Amino acid sequence: MDTALYSKRRRRNVITMALAYGATGFGLSWLVLILAVLLWEGFSGLSLSVFTEMTPPPGSAGGLLNPIVGSLVMTIIAVLIGTPLGILAGTYMAEYGRYDKLTMVVRFINDILLSAPSIVVGLFVYEVMVAQMGHFSGWAGAVSLAVIVVPVVVRTTEDMLTLVPDTLREAAASIGLPRSLMIQRVAYRAARAGMITGVLLAVARISGETAPLLFTALNNQFWSLNLNAPVSSLPVVIFQFALSPYKDWQKLAWTGALIITMAVLALSIVARILTAQRKTS
Amino acid sequence: MVDVALQGTGISTAAQVDRAKVLQRLRLSDVAFRHLTRAAAATVLVILGGIIISLVWGSLPALRAFGFSFLYEEVWNPVTEKFGAIAPIYGTIVTSLIAMLIAVPVGLFIALFLTELCPMWLRRPIGIAIELLAGIPSIIYGIWGLFVFAPFLQQHVQPFLITVFGEIPILSTLFAGPPYGIGVFTAGLILAIMVLPFITSISRDVFDAVPPVLKEAAYGLGCTTWEVARYVVLPYTRVGVIGGVMLGLGRALGETMAVTFVIGNAHRISSSLLAPGTTISATIANEFTEAVGDLYTSALIALGLILFIITFIVLAIARLMLLRLNARIGG
Repeated sequence: MDTALYSKRRRRNVITMALAYGATGFGLSWLVLILAVLLWEGFSGLSLSVFTEMTPPPGSAGGLLNPIVGSLVMTIIAVLIGTPLGILAGTYMAEYGRYDKLTMVVRFINDILLSAPSIVVGLFVYEVMVAQMGHFSGWAGAVSLAVIVVPVVVRTTEDMLTLVPDTLREAAASIGLPRSLMIQRVAYRAARAGMITGVLLAVARISGETAPLLFTALNNQFWSLNLNAPVSSLPVVIFQFALSPYKDWQKLAWTGALIITMAVLALSIVARILTAQRKTS
Repeated sequence: MVDVALQGTGISTAAQVDRAKVLQRLRLSDVAFRHLTRAAAATVLVILGGIIISLVWGSLPALRAFGFSFLYEEVWNPVTEKFGAIAPIYGTIVTSLIAMLIAVPVGLFIALFLTELCPMWLRRPIGIAIELLAGIPSIIYGIWGLFVFAPFLQQHVQPFLITVFGEIPILSTLFAGPPYGIGVFTAGLILAIMVLPFITSISRDVFDAVPPVLKEAAYGLGCTTWEVARYVVLPYTRVGVIGGVMLGLGRALGETMAVTFVIGNAHRISSSLLAPGTTISATIANEFTEAVGDLYTSALIALGLILFIITFIVLAIARLMLLRLNARIGG
């Protein structure tokens, strides 16, 4: 018996397993650290005035009302544009052309768009809308967010519709439902939870997006719901305030960061619960 | 058959006409819906085409003015309108390399922990926690990096690195002082934290796809957990792991906000990793709205085009790798 070899192998195993434990601790500690600092800094600045007052001029106190509303409006418009487009595209890929060439190409491109740099989307919308219209606008911001929504919704819609058992489709067809009705009344209903999850994930994704808004919606110090003019948004305000030398602004940036993170975490948890229900039922 | 039967029972012709009308309408809506979804699917391609065309169109003035020298010139001077992209390209690649050097081994070890060591009841919570880390918007990493991480590095880590590596030939130039806090090194670390969840969750998924029989056979031969991971799991999932790593690399290359906060936005290549630098995306984010003059704007769009081409290639390779793995598991 070569005990030296055995102990060497065991030693190596112990070391690497310790590394695995260490790596997991390392990875999770970042989550804890970031959330702890965020909660600490964010809650210390959180008050009612954050939700009722406008962004202040440098050096004075104020709130985040206009960026919060601006973000909400642009997010809603982006979802209204991006979701139907994404669901229809995903429907084609899962229902009509599951095996055809168009679907394969679209799936490949969509997966790339899913992780393409969002700042490039901002440049694209700048060229197409801002440069043509001659001014920054909330519409341009909403469209650039919609461009980010589409791939997320396409992906989840296709995945969820593919999971719907074919027997359901056959049953619907056998009672004489035309294909379009079968999709709308049967397949959509069966995949509903998953498709809603996709939309929620898309909202979570765009609610923190900053890069595409920087030069499409720009920013606005004042209360404005005019989508033809620059519109304020939370991420851009955080960016601007955090890099400023004013303590009041930096505090507001932290509070804004806390609001965004809580919204994103809440959305992803709801999404998770929805998918968990679908799996158990 | 049905129609014949109905006719036989003597149902009125009016009902038959109604029925034909309904069927006609259904057929029409069926065709319309089909074409609608097809058009929507094609829109995805239109978006990609639009991005490429608009970027090329926007960068034409700069490319015409500087030609290929745009790719290797270091000068970036808005006043004299001389622009070269090598400093941001260098920054983008170096920060991503630092990120991958840290995130790949750590991510693989976490995936190994989650698939082999972790007790069942703990797997889901830890998996969810890692995915939450992936869901945190990049601007949060940015503000945290600027106010918490960079000062910490400046006071505690960087002076240590400078003294420790001060005598070693190559490392002493890489870690030459002074400790700014913000810089290429800090940006690379933040990127590492950001891409870690992507690499972890994809590696975990591909590790999970290894047939249990293979692992059990190796365990049955008396292999240690590490040997199973090294000689069974990794070879089986190599393509998928590389795909996941490339996906993380694609994210790191294009990441904007987290980097913009902590890189210092300096258009020069310095030998020290601790010095401020810039990346393509940080340059665009910092300067685009302030860019005066068509040539300046065009140079920034040309930077965007370069970034898009690089990430497109990396992401395309990543997807092809993952497709190959799926094909093998499926077949």
